[in-house]
Amino acid sequence: MLRVEDTGVPVTFSPELIKKFDEIVSRYPKGKQKSGLLPILHLVQAEYGWVSSPAMDKVAEYLGIQPIEVYEVATFYTMYFMRPQGKYVLEVCRTGPCGIVGAEKIMDHIEEKLGVKEGEVTPDGLFSWRGVECLAACGFGPVLQIGPEYTFYEKLTNESVDQLIGDLRAKANN
Amino acid sequence: MGRKLLLEHINVPGINTFDVYRSKGGYASVEKALKMAPNDIVEEVKKSGLRGRGGAGFPTGMKWSFLAKPEGVARYLVCNADESEPGTFKDRYLMTYIPHLLIEGMIVSSFALGANTSYIYVRGEMMPQIRILEKAIAEAKNKGFLGKNILGSGYDLELYVQPGGGAYICGEETALLESLEGKRGNPRIKPPFPAIAGLYGCPTVVNNVESIAAVVPIINEGGEEYAKLGIGRSTGTKLISAGGNVKKPGVYEIDLGLPVEEFLYSDEYCGGIANGKRLKAVVAGGSSVPILPANLFLKTANGEARLMSYESLADGGFVSGTMLGSGGFIAYDEDQCIVRNTWNFTRFYHHESCGQCSPCREGTGWMEKVLHRLEYGHGKMSDMDLLVDVSKKIEGNTICPLGDAAAWPVASAIRHFRDEFEWHVTNPGEATKRNFGLAHYADPLPKVETKVA
Repeated sequence: MLRVEDTGVPVTFSPELIKKFDEIVSRYPKGKQKSGLLPILHLVQAEYGWVSSPAMDKVAEYLGIQPIEVYEVATFYTMYFMRPQGKYVLEVCRTGPCGIVGAEKIMDHIEEKLGVKEGEVTPDGLFSWRGVECLAACGFGPVLQIGPEYTFYEKLTNESVDQLIGDLRAKANN
Repeated sequence: MGRKLLLEHINVPGINTFDVYRSKGGYASVEKALKMAPNDIVEEVKKSGLRGRGGAGFPTGMKWSFLAKPEGVARYLVCNADESEPGTFKDRYLMTYIPHLLIEGMIVSSFALGANTSYIYVRGEMMPQIRILEKAIAEAKNKGFLGKNILGSGYDLELYVQPGGGAYICGEETALLESLEGKRGNPRIKPPFPAIAGLYGCPTVVNNVESIAAVVPIINEGGEEYAKLGIGRSTGTKLISAGGNVKKPGVYEIDLGLPVEEFLYSDEYCGGIANGKRLKAVVAGGSSVPILPANLFLKTANGEARLMSYESLADGGFVSGTMLGSGGFIAYDEDQCIVRNTWNFTRFYHHESCGQCSPCREGTGWMEKVLHRLEYGHGKMSDMDLLVDVSKKIEGNTICPLGDAAAWPVASAIRHFRDEFEWHVTNPGEATKRNFGLAHYADPLPKVETKVA
């Protein structure tokens, strides 16, 4: 399922982004720059919305490691998207405590409201959604988060989800 | 009402800022600790009886004293803020509202261990908390509590926040270290333990957020004072994340030893079960610990009132007891389906298995499939024994405890709720439409189950 996708389009990181990479790498002892891989992949995803193989190759080049070392990490961790997503990705917690307070109904509602299945993108490119595992907010479920800042929405109801989707749509169209 | 050592000032407006936190006595433990010998700090933590608050409950002071100190080799303190155990949300709460408590604890602990660079590994989904901690670190550094020559003591400390990438397994300390080194979160084979060869092969201590925060009151008041709180070997206070069908979900700081009945039903804590329903079952310490039916949760098999402590919750072993774990407290009301919940948890463990050990990688997937067919009315009577068999073959046969954590919820659910599983097989049509309900589980008198899985 997790395939590394090659867009065939080379990626160039902006000087601003490289500056942020440099700051991250400065946190580790000399020669241990690979420690910066996870935070750097977050920055790449925040910039492009997902992590393509040309972007990963570029990260490998920056860190002085092999591309496979980036691929194996990016595909292991669930937060990195291996294919393009909607501008807003609604990630709904589906685990235990959220499950018993209605997470599945919220996911059904989102699917109906957006008209796309889990993992698919709406035709306007604005939304995609998926169920994710425990987000450590078990007292306030059902919950969802939206990257890249991972803003949290708690105690969801169908109405609050409608409101959220409406607000995001209005924000994107302005 | 118990004393609040960690959350005393949580409701003070602006307590997330350095100035307000400092005005409430914040960072006093740093001033005190820097005048102490590092080993004396370790001794205080030993005296306090503090046990790791992440779930394992290993004595923190002892863990610290195992740290190797070879000449000329860097030592590291890494805070485990990868809070991902279903039911647990105390560390998120603490980092969100009182981030300086963690920073203060990190400075004192790093000094005690002789670490000059320390990391707080926060799960990647907690990006807002990462920003909060980074801001708090910048403030503390600006006031001379971090960086070079802290408060003129000659001690240097740099503190960094590291985001994870979304993987439950990274809460396991060696997987966390792998992740911090920029690799997949595959747990390491131990020994060597991190105290000998941890981050970058150097001696390393990994502690949970709450454990590190607890070092602050321990140093301020002394280990012996801290040990006066609590009961027996369960000393001090513990943060409990209360969720599920309780009236008042949230994070509560309790004195260890509080009766579970008081915690669950008093208005000071959970306030009872929501919507006038009755309690069916409880997961007391995060999804990994055995689930207990209401009767066995409130009273031990011997009829003694159960307490919120490491020992009391474990009374009866896995036959009739459970564990305090991470303090992730999930209450289930009479409308909840144990089969569905067990399937949900098992799906979680299957999803989160790192894939390194076959028993866990394959076994969690098999259990998920069998539980799915039971929940959806296609199960067989032999499935319960099959599940127990698979769980036994995972337990103890993996590099890290994720295998055990996946096996225990399944084994305990079948041990205590076997008739509910059987009902799913005998009434498949009904099982997909309604839940089994309470049956005998909410009996006020404990019934000792004869079927021990």
